[in-house]
Amino acid sequence: MLQLIKKYYYGDYGEIEGGAAPAPGSNSREWPLWEVFIRSKQGLDHKHVGSLHAADAAMAIENARDVYTRRMEGVSIWVVESKYIHASNPDESDALYDPANDKIYRHPTFYQLPDELKYM
Amino acid sequence: MESDTIVMNETAITDALIDCTLQLADDSLIMGHRCSEWCGHGPVLEQDIALTNIALDYVGQSRNLYQYAALLLEQLPKEKALSLVDFDIIPEHITEDSLAYLRDVGAFKNHLLFEQPNGDWAQTILKIFFFSVYRFYLFQQLQNNADERLAAIAEKSVKEVTYHLKWSSEWVIRLGDGTDESKFRMLQAIDALWPFVGELFEPAGYETLCYYSDMLTFERLRSDWLNKINQIFETATLPPQSIGRWHQTGGKNGYHSEHLGYILAEMQFLQRTFPNAIW
Amino acid sequence: MDTTKLSEQFQQKIDEDIKIEPQDWMPDEYRKTLIRQISQHAHSEVVGMLPEGNWITRAPSLRRKAILLAKVQDEAGHGLYLYAAGETLGITRDEMYQQLHSGKAKYSSIFNYPTLTWADMGAIGWLVDGAAIMNQVPLSRCSYGPYARAMVRVCKEESFHQRQGFEILLTLSKGNAAQRKMCQDAINRWWWPSLMMFGPSDNNSPHTAQSMQWKIKRFTNDELRQKFVDVCAEQVKFLGMTLPDKDLKWNEAKQHYDFGAINWDEFWNVVKGNGPCNKERLATRVQAWENGAWVREAALAYEDKKAARQYRYNTTQAESKMPAG
Repeated sequence: MLQLIKKYYYGDYGEIEGGAAPAPGSNSREWPLWEVFIRSKQGLDHKHVGSLHAADAAMAIENARDVYTRRMEGVSIWVVESKYIHASNPDESDALYDPANDKIYRHPTFYQLPDELKYM
Repeated sequence: MESDTIVMNETAITDALIDCTLQLADDSLIMGHRCSEWCGHGPVLEQDIALTNIALDYVGQSRNLYQYAALLLEQLPKEKALSLVDFDIIPEHITEDSLAYLRDVGAFKNHLLFEQPNGDWAQTILKIFFFSVYRFYLFQQLQNNADERLAAIAEKSVKEVTYHLKWSSEWVIRLGDGTDESKFRMLQAIDALWPFVGELFEPAGYETLCYYSDMLTFERLRSDWLNKINQIFETATLPPQSIGRWHQTGGKNGYHSEHLGYILAEMQFLQRTFPNAIW
Repeated sequence: MDTTKLSEQFQQKIDEDIKIEPQDWMPDEYRKTLIRQISQHAHSEVVGMLPEGNWITRAPSLRRKAILLAKVQDEAGHGLYLYAAGETLGITRDEMYQQLHSGKAKYSSIFNYPTLTWADMGAIGWLVDGAAIMNQVPLSRCSYGPYARAMVRVCKEESFHQRQGFEILLTLSKGNAAQRKMCQDAINRWWWPSLMMFGPSDNNSPHTAQSMQWKIKRFTNDELRQKFVDVCAEQVKFLGMTLPDKDLKWNEAKQHYDFGAINWDEFWNVVKGNGPCNKERLATRVQAWENGAWVREAALAYEDKKAARQYRYNTTQAESKMPAG
């Protein structure tokens, strides 16, 4: 009994000991993974909301509508196959982002202007 | 004398409107029932969600339509209302639920096509495709119906149907032009369902009356439908079809296949076990 | 950088409540733990569709039918969010499915109990979804970004589930004698399995400490279970029903309800596959997957043909634009 007690999070009951043999390796390809971006209302950027599997772009957009806008969360959908997303390398994040730390002149609050100056 | 005739005709048209509304509602409900049987059993999670969405649209449409039929019936003297609808448990009030749950097979007016079992994914897709094309052209014409509320329901539904049409057409094309197996299964599905399509274009008496005002013609409906089917079939590399003179028929007038009884037995059992209970 | 240093940096991030994202370095155990937990959570959502899906075609009113359909569909959506979160850790959804279908991966045992009456739809919403929410709310602050974000989405959608469940029971509790009996019976059957959903008690959970340290888990099983009992013991009064526990009693000193002993023998037996519905639930999933194989293949085959046609078209276009000669 005690060997079974291994893991204790919600929805986690450990792997069953002596479960059936692993399923025979399936040769079938999986439908590609797509990333979904949704514009929640006019005037806002598209925002990454999640992923899904679809055989083609039309299907991906339809699924995105069904999966991610069931509660009227969007007015526009972008999908892109995940393999086409290039990401920055987190190990290089020091090189990429730290230099911005001392370039506060990129932020508008850096400049001290008279309060009377309006609309700027 | 002449005004009497007009009154009679108006009554006949109201009766026909009720029958028509019930007919549309029954089609939607039975389609919703069949599609909902897939919930949890779809070929891939995303498509499970997609099909459930469609089932939800159908159930929603049926509710709008039953509610309207109930409203029309409640305006009539009760005796008259009960003479129009064949309830086998007499409800306290006529509601969407009494219409869906307390009528037996003979009172349902859905087409035979839609009560057919789901079969495999190909057959389900094909049935949704046939239904969507039919509803697309029917509702487009119905938007101009003299009855404003019916026209409004058609207008709302046509948006949903447009999406179902797109979704199901794409699947017909994928399966028709996919693998040898998927094409074979599509051909089998056509064989299984085609005998039932003729009924869609054979107006029942109440349809002729109710749709008379908006010049809805079933010939046009049929040619629009068939053109669209064959256009998508061509893209899907499936053989073109024609509608012959012989087909299965009866559903619209309450004569069904054996399948509907099982659907209703399952769907209605709680309402029938505990009549007039609140759920 | 050596692993010790990386581990230290990793733990430091966790301590500072900085989320871990897919490309960040993480200890193997952390990754493995997450894959297992997230995939089991995803499987639970998908298998969880079955006991309720069982009643969609029998729902007693059109309104209830629509709500139940929407709810079961939500569960499919939750499964999808979670599988996607799992995939960020370097395992494919197909691999996760394989683990489920082979019996290697587990899912929440609660779904191995049968749904026998309409009242079960109410009890599942109130108790099972209630217990799930209690567990999931802290998970939406868990240290792994994609999991936390998926849980935020899930929790937002889940609250309607619990409310509709309670409403079903409330309606039944005001109904006829048969309905009230149905209501109490469902509560009786679902109460103990719901308490088991929180997992073994803390003194049997040596690993809780590690996941607390990693902030995958933020409360212990017993803490959450106690909270759940306290809440339900009050809510059940609105139904005029009782919870099936003769030891359930308010403890003034502890400011909590005392409750009876859980049958852990039953719990472990259901986990091991000996519950009332383990075999059919799994068989149903496997069958759906196998029946869908030709559909998934056809969609890919069609996409391949389309791409090939596009390629041929592009090539011809390019050739036709080449200068003659």
